[in-house]
Amino acid sequence: MNENTNNKWVWIGAAVLLVALCVLPFLVKNFRVFQFNMVMIYAIAVLGLNILTGFNGQISLGHGAFYAIGAYVAAILMDKAGVPYWATLPFSAVICFVVGYLMGFPALRLGGHYLALATFALALAIPQMLKYKGIEEWTGGVQGIVLNKPEAPFELSVLGQPLSADRWLYFYILLVTAIMFLIAWRLLRGRVGRALVAIRDHPIAASAMGVNLPVYKSLTFGVSAAFTGVAGALSATAVAFVSPDSFTSFLSITFLVGVVVGGLASIPGAIAGAIFIQFVPNIADEISKSAPWAIYGIFLILLMYLMPTGVAGMISKIYSRLRGGPAAASAGRSVASAVSQPVGGSQS
Amino acid sequence: MKRKFLALMVAGLSATLVSGVAVAQKKYDTGATDKEIKLGNIMPYSGPASAYGAIGKSMEAYFKKINAEGGINGRQIKFISVDDGYNPARTVEMARKLVEEEEVLATVGVLGTPPNSAIHKYMNQKKMPQLFVATGATKWGDPKQYPWTMGWQPNYQGESKIFAQHLLETKPNAKVAILYQNDDYGKDYLKGFLDALGDKAKTMVIKQLTYEVTDPTIDSQMVELKGSGADVFFNITTPKFAAQAIKKAAEIGWKPQHYLNSVSNSVGAVMLPAGPENGVGILSAFYLKDATDPKWHNGAEYKDWAAFMAKYMPNGDLKDLNNVFGYTMAQGVVQVLKQCGDNLTRENIMKQAANLDINLPMLLPGVNVKTSADDFYPIEREQIGIWDGKTWVMQGKTFGR
Repeated sequence: MNENTNNKWVWIGAAVLLVALCVLPFLVKNFRVFQFNMVMIYAIAVLGLNILTGFNGQISLGHGAFYAIGAYVAAILMDKAGVPYWATLPFSAVICFVVGYLMGFPALRLGGHYLALATFALALAIPQMLKYKGIEEWTGGVQGIVLNKPEAPFELSVLGQPLSADRWLYFYILLVTAIMFLIAWRLLRGRVGRALVAIRDHPIAASAMGVNLPVYKSLTFGVSAAFTGVAGALSATAVAFVSPDSFTSFLSITFLVGVVVGGLASIPGAIAGAIFIQFVPNIADEISKSAPWAIYGIFLILLMYLMPTGVAGMISKIYSRLRGGPAAASAGRSVASAVSQPVGGSQS
Repeated sequence: MKRKFLALMVAGLSATLVSGVAVAQKKYDTGATDKEIKLGNIMPYSGPASAYGAIGKSMEAYFKKINAEGGINGRQIKFISVDDGYNPARTVEMARKLVEEEEVLATVGVLGTPPNSAIHKYMNQKKMPQLFVATGATKWGDPKQYPWTMGWQPNYQGESKIFAQHLLETKPNAKVAILYQNDDYGKDYLKGFLDALGDKAKTMVIKQLTYEVTDPTIDSQMVELKGSGADVFFNITTPKFAAQAIKKAAEIGWKPQHYLNSVSNSVGAVMLPAGPENGVGILSAFYLKDATDPKWHNGAEYKDWAAFMAKYMPNGDLKDLNNVFGYTMAQGVVQVLKQCGDNLTRENIMKQAANLDINLPMLLPGVNVKTSADDFYPIEREQIGIWDGKTWVMQGKTFGR
């Protein structure tokens, strides 16, 4: 009975959310739509890193590199080979998967902080490698590649607002984001997810239970890189420009900030993290031009102090309070409890 | 009744005519009103290039001064300057914010080659002035393809033409060795130099070497350049490498006539680290008055600037050339807006920007701001200065168009 009413509310909630998401871009200006697009793109990238860092416990400071590779693969395919923007995603995903998988091998020997440094080296190297003369013909060197923004394939008007290039991209990116989150969901809520978390929490116990550590760890690295690569490819389409300066090592740190702010090992937390990394720098800049990063730092410290388990952890705590104690939270399987309970329900 | 109707019609018609005249006198695009002109700007207030943020702040301070003195033709300037951290992806976002949300009349002084490249196409599609971009690349003066974009400072090719001109005048039979950074910036300089030498380039330039920005040193290149027997050295390097080159040339006892690109003529970042005595006799190009040079300190121009700094930017660094740069650029913007009068359309802004012939106080004597419909390079003249071990001494003669 209780289960049924819960389900009904879930469906209603989902429908309302869907309608809201579809109407939203027509209520705001194109520039805001562009920002929403960036939030969704960052959310995919943060989700990718969260699979690796949050679920599997491997720290990467180099995911900006995969984002860059994804973006450049997409940009070169569009610019040189005339591939349509939507067809670039599989290429970016596969190439980033391979690079990430290879990166996963040193990760097997390096743990914790050492792995963080090794991946950081990748983040530092990528902007310079993109300037390399031998590949300048494709990458455009320091100047980067200027792309055309895809126009909507048909005309449509909602609430008197036309379906502009940005709004069209919004729906395209929304679809891709939904698919990527669904993939992550399917992947992480079952056996694989439990195996990843087991590796994170107790690798020896995990291998005693039959989890093949090397295979899982390097595959996780590959999948995580592929997610971030897809985000990069989308960003090349949305921003319509790539250059080495767009992908400095700072980007990698930004993604890690997104993961921690959103909540480690939380799939919906990636969205909160993406909102943070998209909007907080803008707010900081509006508060002070002299020291925007100091303001950013204050935000970060405050957030970590008030929500030590990230936004997702905070929501989870509030939810269980509302349900009348921690026991109630794990009882029903509603959307909200799924939000609060990281996949596998084994967040320590 | 009929007559009344006629009279009404005449009255109505003349009313529309009158108001039509009034509209013709005052023309506005989005971002301009009777009271206000909105200008946008993008600066790296954060990130690796944040030292340039002083340019945005000094521009803002200058507009404050203009507003305090009554504005331009009675209109206040609202200067909206935002941070992109020198990240082109953020520049795109910020440009869209300025154009679509803040609805500025024009953007002025957006800084950096990669950030401006990222929005070049967008600004021209939107027919939004991308005025006085603060970068030295030569590609900003292309009114045929990009009529909404205009440069500001001397471009790289223009500057190396000045060096070539100086060389041909002082040492027409020189043997030239060139070292350049292997990227667009280095190639831009090289092209201007070779173009200006023309046919003579083949005989005069006897050695060209490159380095990558990732190289740790350029010692081996310097030894090889000396070995070529050249008596003139054109040094197209960024500050770190420029200092290395000056030091190494002194170490190996190579004393050519040494031209140093203006990218690296900073006293603090290059000449002092290289060893001030090692650089004696080096030539470089200049267009702004160096605020640290005591020779200007008694002039009215310097005093005006210092008074402006004291009143509107009390925390600003008087030794920072970026503050002179921002002040001068803001004066250029004000001149364009003055020329626009009451016709504040984007089209007219570009038209007036392409119709400048002025001198600005903190430009070196003889250096002017001059544009035309097919010349989108505002500052093209420079003076040659020579390093005497303590400071750059201007040679007085102005080169360039």
